[in-house]
Order: sequence, then structure tokens, then C-alpha cells
Amino acid sequence: MAFNQRKFQRFANVILTVLCMMSVMPFILLVSSSITQEAVINQSGYSFFPRQIDFAAYQYLFMAGKSILRAYGMTLAVTAAGTTGNIFLTMSLGYLLSKKDLVGRNVISFFVFFTMLFSGGMVPSYIIWSQVFKVSNTVWGLICPNLMLSAFNVILMRTYFSTNIPSEIKEAAEMDAASQVDILFRIAVPLSKPMIATVGLFSALGYWNDWINGLYYLTRKKELYTIQNVLNSMASSVQFLKDNVNASIGLQFSKGIPTLGVRMAIAVIAVIPVLVIYPFFQKFFIRGIVIGGVKG
Amino acid sequence: MRGKVNQYKPSGKSIKKRLYRDRFLYLLAVPSFLYLIINNYMPMVGLTLAFKNYSFAKGIFASKWCGLKNFTYLFGSKWAWIMFRNTILYNLVFIFAGTAFSIFVAILLNEIKRARLQKIYQILILIPYLVSTVLIGYLVFAFFSDANGFVNKSLIEPLGGEAVDWYLTPAAWPFILTFVQLWRSFGYQSIVFFATIIGFDRALYEAAIMDGASPLQQITKLTLPLLKPTVIILVIMSLGRMFSTDFGLFYQVPQDTGMLYEVTTTIDTFVYRALMTDHDIGRSLAAGFLQSVLGFAVVMVTNFIVRKAEPDNALF
Repeated sequence: MAFNQRKFQRFANVILTVLCMMSVMPFILLVSSSITQEAVINQSGYSFFPRQIDFAAYQYLFMAGKSILRAYGMTLAVTAAGTTGNIFLTMSLGYLLSKKDLVGRNVISFFVFFTMLFSGGMVPSYIIWSQVFKVSNTVWGLICPNLMLSAFNVILMRTYFSTNIPSEIKEAAEMDAASQVDILFRIAVPLSKPMIATVGLFSALGYWNDWINGLYYLTRKKELYTIQNVLNSMASSVQFLKDNVNASIGLQFSKGIPTLGVRMAIAVIAVIPVLVIYPFFQKFFIRGIVIGGVKG
Repeated sequence: MRGKVNQYKPSGKSIKKRLYRDRFLYLLAVPSFLYLIINNYMPMVGLTLAFKNYSFAKGIFASKWCGLKNFTYLFGSKWAWIMFRNTILYNLVFIFAGTAFSIFVAILLNEIKRARLQKIYQILILIPYLVSTVLIGYLVFAFFSDANGFVNKSLIEPLGGEAVDWYLTPAAWPFILTFVQLWRSFGYQSIVFFATIIGFDRALYEAAIMDGASPLQQITKLTLPLLKPTVIILVIMSLGRMFSTDFGLFYQVPQDTGMLYEVTTTIDTFVYRALMTDHDIGRSLAAGFLQSVLGFAVVMVTNFIVRKAEPDNALF
């Protein structure tokens, strides 16, 4: 047989290697572009190998520092606050629903589940958050809308609580007259760390990468921009940076501000934390995808 | 439904006792209920604004009803047809190309016998899934920028071709966007299918190998048929999201370029532009209303079909 096991495995290895390279290569282009001399980019374009290494773009970012640093701080703060909120909301609702003899369990399940089937969409959501709750141009506009609780995660959490915590433990604790809240925090939470970590990681990734809330809700307050909002506002021009830098810094760059490189440099610093942290948590990501994807 | 709950009374406690026992748990979940009401249920009610002449000054309740005016106004514009066409066509292409390609990759992953290598492949192909669409917009720009892009400068020009102004060439974007969508989502989808494949009974494969089945036969006669139920469910579930697109992919990746609107406008980008840049809230509300209601209808219909065909896999 021409198509034998060995050949097939070699074929699989070749294709997968190519796909892995394709997954990573655009990031190499990005990094390489950010450390290439502006004149070289102008002449021969963005390329995978920097012919003239030059850190001017990063130097500029460092000097223009304040606005970038502030945006970084915003991203960190919003991610931390949002993820904490998300974990709390997901866990308390998931645990409530994991109690099989809960009064009103079906009604509450439906209340949660229905939000997965039907949504009001962006416009009414925008009107409610901005007109009724006035989150526009506040930090709440970055944290609250859309990202804080997903019904899907509640269901994953509920399933985890009800399958991984033996009911004997819960019953024994009840006889001890331990209150239900004690059982949640002393028994259920410690036993559910992997699931909580998974929900937390996906939530954190969602907040770190989000720019849509900023696009809708930060119409005036540019000082609340996260790093993704900065990237978004710089997609077509580096105006944001120029607005936020005093003129004297511009003068130090005799060849002009390295605009082409600067854009890429900001993109690099925005993505680096994700790529650095990811290998350590890949287990949780992959597990999250597996439980979420198949039994969705 | 209520009957089920009443049947299940392991503790035999009365409703009152159970309510009392769990009182703090309900209390703990109050913020979550409030969040769902504010973030999910109030906007559902807000959909009725599509039939009102909404004004930010008057607010939700004082704005006057206007019947179907927003809808006739929406369909008076050529964009109504364009955005529906684009939304549906892109979704169909994404669903079928994405599913087929991801199954292919999952099968290849399953062929790799060295666990460590398999793990490394999985980790690497998932990377594109982890970055924001803004960032993907930058990556695409590095390739397709007219003045400095890799494609023009390092591929077309050295080969003697004429540089192409990609961001002014609508014909290229259906392909670029499809490629980008595949690039960022295939890792995720492949891992889902791969997880399903490794769950299959190994004994079946051993028996097949004993009978002299080639690797290709194992795939066509075993893996693919076993995978069918999962594929059907996932495809039907994505058909249920037929009227939604990833806003970032269509707004951010083409850099919101006016010249490309013809091929990049989907319901989501239309809604955004009508609301935030054109201040044409009537059209925006009407388009959003259709997206929500049609999306819901498709979910109900597809679930109905799944329940008929494979009751175990129905969503509800």
C-alpha cells in the first residue's frame, strides 16, 4: 500500500509544522518591523528579518511613556477588576444552580439559559448602559457592559460543582450545621480550583483583548484608554501619541518620529504579556476549549 | 417542568425549610441576577425602541412610537441588502470552510504518536486565537499595506509585478477576510474535534488494523463516521449564529476603509456606523432588531430540527 502509516505520519508532521509556522510568523513580522530602521521600512517594506536593527521606536515609546504607561495600567486594572467580578458572579450563580433541591431551580436555570438564545444586541445595550446607567466616559464603561457574566460559563460552573463535589461531603457538612455559604467557600471553591482558573483565564483574556467597550463608551475621555483602545485609535494615524507628547520629545528625533515602527512597537507590547503567560496556562486554555466546545 | 423538581426531594424538606437553608446562597447570587437583568434583559425590552422615533434627549419612555418607519427607512438604503448578503455569505463560507479544514487538522493531530510533539502543535496553532482583532488588524496591515506591506514589497515587486493598493481593492477582501478568519479560528476548532476523536473507542481502530485497514481507510471508514454527530451539532449551532458576525473582523481588519464597505459591511458594522458615526439611530435600531429576532428564530428552528433528528444532542 502506497499510503502507509509511516508516510502518512510524515505527511501529518509536514502539514502541521507548516500550520504552526503560519500561526507564529505574522508575530515575527510584527516584532521585526518594530525594530527595523524607519528608512529601511520606507525602502523595502516590513520584512521578517530586520536588515538594520534600530530601537528608535521603543525609545520613542519610552519617552512618550506616560500615555502608554497609563494605558497599560488601565488594561491591568480593568482586567483585574473585571475578572474578579466575573469569577464572583459566575461562581455564586453556578453554585446556586448546582443545588439539586433548590427552590425555583428550573425558573432560575431558564432565566440564565435564555440569555444565550436571545439578545437585545448592541444598540439597546448601548442605550441602557449609556443613558440609564451613565457609564460612558467612566472606567465602568470598560468593565461592566457585556464582559462580566456569560450564561455559558455559569452552566459550565454549575456542571462542575454538581459533578465534582460529592454530595456526601455536602451532606456531612450540613449535619455539622455548617452554613451553606461556608460549604461554598470552605469546600466547593477549593475543590473547584481548576474550573475557576479556566473561567478566570478566559475572562481575563476577554478583558485584556477588549477594545469594543472603549470604542462605544469612551468617546471623550481618552485618558481612560486601555492599550487596545490606543492601538485602535492609532490604526490609521499616530495622532494619539502626538497629542500626548510634548513637542520637545519630537525634536530629539532628528529623522522625525518613527511612525511606522512606533505603531508596530505598541502592538508588540500589547501582545507580549499574552504570549508570555500563555505557555504556563496552556493546559487551562486547552481544557477550557475542550469542555466548552464539545458539550456546548 | 415543575413536576421534576417536586419529585426530587432527597432531603424531604419542605419548600420553606429549603428556602431558609439556602437563604444566603440566594443573597450571594443577587448581584448576578441584577447583572443579567441590566445587561441582558433590559436590552431585550429595549428592542421595542426599533418601533419608536428614539431621541437621546427624550429617553426611552418619552420617545414617540413611529410604527415601521425605521424599517422602511432602513430598506430604502442600498446597504440593507448589502449587509444581509455579506453577513449570510461570509457566515456560510466560514462555517463550511472552517469546519472542513479543522476536521482535517484534527485528524492529522491524531496521527502524531509522540505526545510531546502533539502538545507543541496544539499550543502553537492556538496562538492566533489569543490575540485581539485590533492586533490582527495590525498583522494584516503589515502584510497588505500598499506602501510598506510584505506582500507588495517582498513578493509582488521583486517578481516584477505592479504594487497593489490592497485597501482600495474590494475584490481581494472576501478572500483576505476568509483567510484571516480561518487563520485565527482553526486552532480552536481543531482542538475541539481532536478532543472528540481521542475519545473514540481504541478497540475499533485495533480491530480495523487487524483487518488490514490502511490509515486512509481508518479515517474514511471510522473517524469520519464517528465524528458525524459532533460535526452536525456544531454546524447547526453555528448556523444559529447566522446573522451575527465578529465586529472586529469586519471593522478592524479592513481598517474601516470606506472603499471596501461594499464587501465588508455586515449587520454588526452597519449597526455601529449608523449609531456612532452617522447618528442615524433609527436605522441602527431597525437593523439590530432584525439581527436579534432573526437570530432567535434560526436558533429555535435549528434546535427543533436537531431535536427531531438526534434528541440527545438538542440544546433544549
